[in-house]
Amino acid sequence: MTQNRTLEQEEIEMLLPWYAAGTLSREDADRVQAALENDQELARRYELVREEQAETTRLNEMLGAPSHRPMQRLMDALNAESADRRIGLQRRWDVVGQVGGFLLSLSPRTLAWSAAAVLAVLVIQTAALTSSYFGERRFQTVVDEGRAPGRAGSFVIIRFNPSATAADIGKFLRTHEASVVDGPKADGLYRIRLSTSRLPRDELDKLVTRMEQEKTIVGFVAPAE
Amino acid sequence: MQSTSDEVLISRIATGDRLAMQVLFARHQVRVYRFILRIVGNPSMAEDLLSDVFLDAWRQAATFEARSRVSTWLLAIARFKALSALRRRPEQELDDEVAATIEDPADSPEMAVEKKDKSEILRKCLTMLSPEHREILDLVYYQERSVEEVAQIVGIPENTVKTRMFYARKKLAQMLQAAGIDRTSL
Repeated sequence: MTQNRTLEQEEIEMLLPWYAAGTLSREDADRVQAALENDQELARRYELVREEQAETTRLNEMLGAPSHRPMQRLMDALNAESADRRIGLQRRWDVVGQVGGFLLSLSPRTLAWSAAAVLAVLVIQTAALTSSYFGERRFQTVVDEGRAPGRAGSFVIIRFNPSATAADIGKFLRTHEASVVDGPKADGLYRIRLSTSRLPRDELDKLVTRMEQEKTIVGFVAPAE
Repeated sequence: MQSTSDEVLISRIATGDRLAMQVLFARHQVRVYRFILRIVGNPSMAEDLLSDVFLDAWRQAATFEARSRVSTWLLAIARFKALSALRRRPEQELDDEVAATIEDPADSPEMAVEKKDKSEILRKCLTMLSPEHREILDLVYYQERSVEEVAQIVGIPENTVKTRMFYARKKLAQMLQAAGIDRTSL
């Protein structure tokens, strides 16, 4: 290379390949254009660049074009991808369908028992979570803490019928102004308070008789100390 | 009539439009194929890689951010795939394939000189350049990529693109001189 070429000229010369390809920015293209008009040596070198460009292009064009095979291969791949996607969706729907089909295959009775079982699991889980959340307050019977057993008042022991509902028992206790103070014991007996004062025995017996008449709720009742 | 831009095609491809894919393929397949073939030197392998490039474009269309032209993006994918494929193949096998693929307009640059065919000598010398020098000449002269685009495709700084091109041309001049063609300007 000529030794006395300036840095500016060398920089311009480095841009000649891109000038030939028409890929320079407008500003750089103008700089090269101006330099070419005033520098014969640069213009001669530009002709060499043009030769290289022409032969590089010709060499590439001599490589020919691809056959139809790549396009077909691409379309096959796209089809395969679409099929995979469809199969994936189908599988997801199949899982939903299988669950739905299984539920539909159950009889109403089985379905009801299944739902009850699920409900029971949920209740147990809730109880477990609640007990762990509240720490030491693990389990309490429905008793009147303010009226602990052994304190003054009139009491009976009672066993409720298994068929009696909680609502029935609640209504029964409210009717007799009674409250549970102990139980249930192992034999299903509760100790309930009928009065905070000590009632005469005959009055207590009358109350017990009245309670015995509510046979749908009371299985057994007797005066207690 | 104005044709649909590559960017519009890519946005359609992102929605699963196969026709847009076919148009994009038809538009760029030749240049991308030749770029790959110049790297791997095996037409059959180049064709397989060509379809792989466009399959990647199909899969990645939704993430195309238009930081570069679509054609530059395709060439970058092509280059990555071609070089990855080369790394997976035994060197000897590649040398044989490349040798079989290279155009042989004359037995040697020296013999071509005897025929006084300067163009043939130039093409022969172009095929004998190192892969990285061949690549940059292809990208600038044939693929018509700007300095910035070459930097994106090859993954090198823009200044390195300019100097690499400079040395590629210098090497070419030396080869031509060895073949009897003096280009004292280089």
